Amino acid sequence: MESIISNVTLEHYVILSCCLFSIGMCGLLLNKGNVINILMSIELMLLAANINFVAFSSYYNELTGQIASIIILAIAAAEAAIGLAIIVNFYRACGTISIEKINKLKG
Amino acid sequence: MAIFFYLFSSLMILSSIGVITSRNPVYCVLWLIFTFLNSSAIFIQLGAEFIAMTIIIVYVGAVAVLFLFVVMMLNINLAEIKSQLLGNRIVGACLMFVLIIDFILIVKSALSSNSTISIFHNQASGKLSNTHSIGAILYTDYIIVFQLSGLVLLLAMVGCIVLTVRKREGVEKQNAHKQIARTIEESIEIIKVKTRVGVNGINYK
Repeated sequence: MESIISNVTLEHYVILSCCLFSIGMCGLLLNKGNVINILMSIELMLLAANINFVAFSSYYNELTGQIASIIILAIAAAEAAIGLAIIVNFYRACGTISIEKINKLKG
Repeated sequence: MAIFFYLFSSLMILSSIGVITSRNPVYCVLWLIFTFLNSSAIFIQLGAEFIAMTIIIVYVGAVAVLFLFVVMMLNINLAEIKSQLLGNRIVGACLMFVLIIDFILIVKSALSSNSTISIFHNQASGKLSNTHSIGAILYTDYIIVFQLSGLVLLLAMVGCIVLTVRKREGVEKQNAHKQIARTIEESIEIIKVKTRVGVNGINYK
């Protein structure tokens, strides 16, 4: 037990990223506030994926994971920019970004 | 070494809980920035210095500030958000607990074979620094992926501009077509100026 705590292994990093992913998932599912919170939860989940990639790449001495992490960063930045642009447009059109009030499609 | 991992990872998990539980969106964004900073420390511990710096520059410097701009630009009604149900919190906590336990069990069963071997290297990959070795393969083996991600960023930029541009009345703008189509003949006129007479009757277009 002592060696598990004092020695940081790959498992620690993977469990950390699992915790982060679960927190992001819960934020995504249980969010009652606004759409921006959903985007932030997605950022958290992408960060968890990043940690996973980098941890495996570092432990197996293979840089492909870090390349994947860079690509994820680029995609996350693009996604955040597009999502926020859509939110700004929606706010101009409807005056709200609350999830409860977004019911134009009568879903 | 280990104590720093525990310090930064616990701070990271606490601040990510802060992201999803804060009422005020500005506090959410600030918690998000704190999460990114802690994750950058985690990446430095993993020996990925380049990713750590990129996280700080891209996420904290660009994405989080973009979030902050949008949060402050939109007039979000805080009273509306405060009327949340408490029952949701309990369901959320249960769901999160179940998810985390589930993931941990999966990880335990998947990695149990080599979990005792810590193949942590750091400088084992040679004399090259992390950034140098990433650059060596990013521009050679993964050049297509790299270019494609640049294309995605370009598309995102164009998409954002197209989405948020507004046509307004009464704004003076230059007409690009007209400007490009101008020729020397219609824009410059050479006149011989006589002394003590001056120039008169120039036809401006």
